[in-house]
Amino acid sequence: MTSTATLSVCGVSKHFGGLQALRDVTLHVNRGEVVGLVGDNGAGKSTLMKIIAGVQQPSGGHVAIDGEPAVFTSPAEAAAAGISTVYQDLALAMERDVVANFFLGREILAGHWLGRQLGWLDRRTMRERTARELAQLHTRIPDIGARCKDLSGGQRQALAIARASAWCERVLLLDEPTSALGVEQQREVLDLIRRVRDLGTAVILVSHQMLDVLAVCDRITVLRLGAVVASVEREDVSADDLIGYITGSKVGPARASSEPGGAAPGDDAPAGGPGAAGPAETDGE
Amino acid sequence: MREVRPVSGPVAAPPLAPAGGRPADRRAWLLREGWTGLVLVALIVGFSIWSPDFLTKLNWLNTSSTATEVLLLALGETFVIIAGGIDLSVGAVLGLSGMAGGRVMAALMSGGTGTALTVAAGFATALAVGLAFGLLNGGLIARCHIPAFVVTLGTLGIATGLGNLIYNGQEISAIPAWVGAFGNKNLLGWIPVPVLIAAVLCVVTGLALAKTRYGAYTYAIGDNREAAIRAGLPWQRHLVKIYAVSGLLAGIDGVLVMSRLGAASPTSGVTDNLNAIAAVVIGGASLFGGRGKMIGSIIGTLIISVLLTGLIIVNVPPYWQEVAVGVVLITAVYIDQYTGRLRR
Repeated sequence: MTSTATLSVCGVSKHFGGLQALRDVTLHVNRGEVVGLVGDNGAGKSTLMKIIAGVQQPSGGHVAIDGEPAVFTSPAEAAAAGISTVYQDLALAMERDVVANFFLGREILAGHWLGRQLGWLDRRTMRERTARELAQLHTRIPDIGARCKDLSGGQRQALAIARASAWCERVLLLDEPTSALGVEQQREVLDLIRRVRDLGTAVILVSHQMLDVLAVCDRITVLRLGAVVASVEREDVSADDLIGYITGSKVGPARASSEPGGAAPGDDAPAGGPGAAGPAETDGE
Repeated sequence: MREVRPVSGPVAAPPLAPAGGRPADRRAWLLREGWTGLVLVALIVGFSIWSPDFLTKLNWLNTSSTATEVLLLALGETFVIIAGGIDLSVGAVLGLSGMAGGRVMAALMSGGTGTALTVAAGFATALAVGLAFGLLNGGLIARCHIPAFVVTLGTLGIATGLGNLIYNGQEISAIPAWVGAFGNKNLLGWIPVPVLIAAVLCVVTGLALAKTRYGAYTYAIGDNREAAIRAGLPWQRHLVKIYAVSGLLAGIDGVLVMSRLGAASPTSGVTDNLNAIAAVVIGGASLFGGRGKMIGSIIGTLIISVLLTGLIIVNVPPYWQEVAVGVVLITAVYIDQYTGRLRR
């Protein structure tokens, strides 16, 4: 592989005992690009996300950052490499305000001796930076002093994405960011994803919502039974096509050659045949 | 960790919220946090009208001393409860700390008198015992993942037993006279030294909770531990610190109670832990963690103390205080839930 994509997943496999959750999965994403990752429950989406996020380690193949192979033995290592993840549960502290959540674990201390010695918080700077970051992404959170539990579902999602985006240097992984939202809020979150992309972040969007994926992604990779069955440009597919790939009623191109040299030999649509070992049910939905 | 990415291009001025929040928030705050203060004021006014003996210097000294004993435990318990835990052991640790300190002083005394070194050794022993039990609680809870209720119920028993074993269940009154003088000295005639110490500790712990990273970690761990872990907070170390502080405050309390009595008693503090927990909950903290304020815990403690001394002064059997505290506790939690529903 000579790929120098921001993030590359190169021939990654994952076994859980005799179960093969992922087989020779390859995908890549560049800065300023949104790649959709779709597939049925148990197709291996969550396992792939966990490998990218450093929660699990691949049995074979590797992940590469800017073309350099990277081994993550923990989520902290993946985060240090510039990969941020927004899980479905959002990881927000509901009784705390927007500012405290934005800076959770990254609190800014005052410059004077109280800050250095006793951990005195610089709330003013934290407020200003939170407001600035949220304004930059045009999020609709009017009061950054409001507690999370008083925010709408869309606002919470926006806060979680904005937070992850602010601390993310390279790649933002989003797990089902629109699944629990109303129509208008879904649209706002999709706009937010576009703005994060425009700031130069590489985004991987895991979703069950074909219309969302088609609305926001530049490329879409379909997993079925742990293998990539299609990797296509958005312009080339319809929602029906995607559903066909997901359910196996349609066999697609393994990879749209959106990047020169991106296609490796031997990963043409290994669509899981009937004799293949069943995929592990590892999706946490 | 990386700095916030510099904002590129023109960005609208940040819509900073005013510090006090919206008027609706302030009303909700008054309803939620303010009413316990009103209850306290009502109790003081009520008892003052009922008996001319209530608003007196003697009763102030009496009530403030009573309050101090529960207050120190409530300060530590506030951190513990906001972090989603519970510390049942603090009352027993208070008693054990005093007994250990008293035993050391009694052993070091010669000819019925003790030097400053004797007193220092006794006080240091008491604080060390409190801190050690706090570290034990925190270690078992954070590192061995044993539920806080179980751990502190266990150390409650251990501390109670050891407190009685130290002097066969007896009080130790052979301690330097200076200790009793220290505990009963009133600065300017009105401010007992233990009350002054408690007031300082109130300010220190209140600021630590509201204004520092220590407090932010405490809230975050109690609110959403999983989120705190994912954000990389040193949650285990922080929990150990929280229980250590709670134990240390119980040790300080042991010293103050011993000083006030002029003797170390193994029964000191036996009812204080439940009163401290009740005070924190009356003050608006949630036993599920993530919520609470130091000022609330302080007001909760004062309500309990005023009830006790007030009922005695108006010649109601003091056992009614326990009944009243129970009623206030349940009412407080109900009102808290009710106003919580209103806000949603």
